[in-house]
Amino acid sequence: MLTWLPTLRVGLFILCAVPAGLLIERLLTGGLGANPVEALLHGTGSWGLRLLLVTLAITPLRHLTGANWLVRLRRQVGLWAFAYASAHFSIFIVFEHRAVLSSIVEDIIDRPYILIGTSAFLLLLPLAITSTKGWIRRLGRRWQQLHWLIYPAAVLGVLHFFMLIRANRWTEPLIYAAILALLLGFRALRRWRVV
Amino acid sequence: MLIKKRRPSDVLPSEITPESIYRDRRRFLKTSALAAAGTILAPDFVTAKPMEALESLDGLADSAFSTDETLTGYEEITTYNNFYEFGTGKEDPSSLAPKRLEHRPWTITISGEADNTGEFEIDDFLSGLTLEERIYRLRCVEAWSMVIPWAGVSLASVIKRAAPTSKAKYVRFDTLYDPQVMPAQAARGFSFLASIDWPYREGLRMDEAVHPLSFLATGLYGKEMPSQNGAPIRLVVPWKYGFKSIKSIVRIHFQETQPETTWAQLAPSEYGFYANVNPEVNHPRWSQAEERRIGELFKRDTLMFNGYADEVAPLYAGMDLRAQY
Repeated sequence: MLTWLPTLRVGLFILCAVPAGLLIERLLTGGLGANPVEALLHGTGSWGLRLLLVTLAITPLRHLTGANWLVRLRRQVGLWAFAYASAHFSIFIVFEHRAVLSSIVEDIIDRPYILIGTSAFLLLLPLAITSTKGWIRRLGRRWQQLHWLIYPAAVLGVLHFFMLIRANRWTEPLIYAAILALLLGFRALRRWRVV
Repeated sequence: MLIKKRRPSDVLPSEITPESIYRDRRRFLKTSALAAAGTILAPDFVTAKPMEALESLDGLADSAFSTDETLTGYEEITTYNNFYEFGTGKEDPSSLAPKRLEHRPWTITISGEADNTGEFEIDDFLSGLTLEERIYRLRCVEAWSMVIPWAGVSLASVIKRAAPTSKAKYVRFDTLYDPQVMPAQAARGFSFLASIDWPYREGLRMDEAVHPLSFLATGLYGKEMPSQNGAPIRLVVPWKYGFKSIKSIVRIHFQETQPETTWAQLAPSEYGFYANVNPEVNHPRWSQAEERRIGELFKRDTLMFNGYADEVAPLYAGMDLRAQY
């Protein structure tokens, strides 16, 4: 019995809530600068992507360390990634487009990076919905197949970040791309029984 | 009667070091050593022109061109800047420029197709010109905007003094080139900043330059120009995207051909020579139909020529603004 697991989960919850807390604190104290909407948009987007990568790192880490209990933290991290992505998408809808549907649709059609970011978010949506015990039981083997969608979602998320970079500030998206390549590469090697 | 005769070795009262200073000697040694080290090791230690040192500009004339819209806050105007010479982050200019950019002495060179060319000390350059306040909208190509109370002189008055010849069809402006002051100009390698052909250059067609809205600003909010906003003198062309309004100008050059300008050179498909604010012509990667006014939550519609269409639209009569963006 892993008696310390519930405590670890609470710790993880607090840890994942810290970026959100800091963003809210800075919003209320004026610490987000002259363009707080932009800062919130970028902050929530970055954290969504980072936590998505953490979610994807759990399985390789479990295989490498043999710490099987790690998988029991995976859902929470995944849901946090989705929460940040939802905040990011909502800010985009409300503050970039005043929640006007025609304006949003036009933006998605006109701008590939918006299309790609929206696709990434829509791929995460069914994963979040089917993350409950009930859905896992009901879907059985197909649950695993459905949740394979996290891979294209992560690839599109990193691509979305790449496409909106101005002034060639490539460092951050390159780091994410490298981590994602490492995580996907590990799975490929395992499948071919190299690792 | 005893007359005290002073011997040369006697100590005069005025020569005695006060106790407080004597006790302070260690601090004095420390600060002077630090200051010396600072000058040698890190020029940042010497603060060139701190925000507190910006003096008020008195007797500014009002202008009929001013808008009565709500002003963007001084804090926002002076901390949210694009001035890539100091880095690509919005906060880089306000954290670095006040420490590094000296406002005087400052020389402006007038060159090219004009009668009164030469090097002018900035105060001579400005003397005799009417200092006005102009409250203009500023629309950045990144889809944000501000309302800024500039102080300065009309560009037309400066151009008139320079007396351009009939060959002068365009005017080009150069920013200061000094990698010791502007760290990005010293960037090397594969970085974006290293790919820029410094100094930053901008330009206007002559009829745009002499338009009464075109302005050379030396201050904002009734005070001298903060370093991060392009001290000591910068261009303000309110109907064009902000990057046309070049900062910290050291040269005004009259020429016959259209000048090569920095952003149009870097990314010709994204930034044109004209760069007129136009909600109907989108940037290849984002919409120009709307903008976020700094300080507001929701976006607002962008106006043709940034709301100055009545004044400037005739300049572009017959031009295809989609092709000549």
